Amino acid sequence: MTAESLDSLYQEIILDHYKNPHHKGLRDPYEAEVHHVNPPCGDEVTLRVHLAEGPEGTRVEDVSYDAVGCSISQASASVLTDLVIGKTVEDALAIHEEFLTLMQGKGAVEPDEDVLEDGIAFAGVAKFPARVKCALLSWMAWKDATAQTLAKEAR
Amino acid sequence: MSEIPGLLPELEVVRKDFPILERTFEDGVPLVYLDSANTSQKPQIVIDTMVDHLERHNANIARAMHHLGAEATEAFENARDVVAGFLGAPDRDEVIFTKNASEALNLVANTLAWSGPLRVGEGDEIVITEMEHHSNIVPWQLLTERTGATLRWFGLTDGGELDTSTVDDLINERTKVVALTWVSNMLGTVNPIAEIAQKAHAVGAVVVVDASQAAPQLPIDLAAMTEDERPDFLAFTGHKTVGPTGIGVLWGRRALLEQLPPFLGGGEMIETVRMEGSTYAAIPHKFEAGTPPIVEAVGLGAALSYLSHLGMDAIHRHEQAITAYALEGLQSVSGLTIMGPLDAARRGGAISFELDGVHPHDVAQVVDSRGVAVRAGHHCAKPAHARFGVQSSTRMSSYLYTTPAEIDALVEALEYTRSYFKLA
Repeated sequence: MTAESLDSLYQEIILDHYKNPHHKGLRDPYEAEVHHVNPPCGDEVTLRVHLAEGPEGTRVEDVSYDAVGCSISQASASVLTDLVIGKTVEDALAIHEEFLTLMQGKGAVEPDEDVLEDGIAFAGVAKFPARVKCALLSWMAWKDATAQTLAKEAR
Repeated sequence: MSEIPGLLPELEVVRKDFPILERTFEDGVPLVYLDSANTSQKPQIVIDTMVDHLERHNANIARAMHHLGAEATEAFENARDVVAGFLGAPDRDEVIFTKNASEALNLVANTLAWSGPLRVGEGDEIVITEMEHHSNIVPWQLLTERTGATLRWFGLTDGGELDTSTVDDLINERTKVVALTWVSNMLGTVNPIAEIAQKAHAVGAVVVVDASQAAPQLPIDLAAMTEDERPDFLAFTGHKTVGPTGIGVLWGRRALLEQLPPFLGGGEMIETVRMEGSTYAAIPHKFEAGTPPIVEAVGLGAALSYLSHLGMDAIHRHEQAITAYALEGLQSVSGLTIMGPLDAARRGGAISFELDGVHPHDVAQVVDSRGVAVRAGHHCAKPAHARFGVQSSTRMSSYLYTTPAEIDALVEALEYTRSYFKLA
């Protein structure tokens, strides 16, 4: 890997989010809390989701988290919260799908900045198979917690 | 680079035995392989021996009544003799081939739970240490869960050594097994195996030593140890001793191996089979059910012969010289903290460290962009990391082919990492 492709992995945006993560810390209230781990590397995230009913449907009121891991996993949690907090669950899940497609695209997917905003910085990560799971850790945790919350409410 | 005393003589010639060390990456960046505690590289003689076996002598062993069968059997059993010689085993039939060290340790932990005079049961205690690789923790956890025995362990000092202050409490009349690593894969610590074995034997416990990191770098001579200092079982894996993957070794004292029940059932491990029941082959075959990894065993024989040819004393001196040089170089990097002993004479060649402000995965990724291969993560030693309050670490591990220039390349790559992450 050359210095150039190293820069494609570590975009400035990623390093910024790593140094100054947004929405970090565990907060109340929440309906579901999950703990996800990447067993081979030991990265861990504890993530809480708080949903609320709004005029346009169920809304992501808050996503709070505590995580240990590399710059990619930390920055991706920060970007996730920026993207989903305040959105309807439906819209947030669509963003999740878009991010997943980007990360699983092996670098061949052109990211849509209108949807993913700072998330487009992770396009380079998709070229490093070993790091894709780092970028997806908090996203998978969020989806899990959201699904648990929705299931609870449906009961 | 000959200014450092203790390096292998003709190091540049030795390196030519390892074709992979010629590898380069994009822009001609040369490989700097510092991940040998993970797996070692293979010399040409190992590769050639395995190819030759497959090209000219391949057959199943111990059952084929033809030329090739005889040749393959001889090659496989010769490999056993080489392993016995490498360990200084008192008896070559005490050498059992497994697929790796994990299987060797699981063999002991399982059969101890099953039947026979050594059987572990409720009220018994198993003692391990906090610095074990997961493969020397989990099998014992499984054993204690199944038998109702209690798992206990040695803690570690802040310096990364075994805390032996509790030894007389830990090793007592209830202790049935003491299992520990000879050399830590994370901290590099060399444990006082003989001393612990004496304590364990004094209470009648069985001593199991994980030699996965010791076998590549320490001269081992089991027969030269006194009865009470000698472990009862010792496991190592082939791929860390310049051999192939898929082959490991369990050495055990004949008297104990004969008392343990068989591990896996199948072909080769029987004496006779009737529908009502079977009787079993003598050791080592009793523990080698099914067609074994034949060419892998042959490759391991070539690997250990290669190490013996260089001389394990010389390899050990080289490791210590390189480790001392690396400890010094790493400590020159600001914000870098080494975990484990800082005295090269008291440790092996695996050095785990933290770089303040950069996560180990990011360290490994950035140094990889300069061709330097290190490992990042928990190195299958999560409890040892937890002991030092860290989730993961970066680990460099040298071997007989490592040069001081490669250590310099790592140190430069770490400085580059710091500047890349804009650390003052």
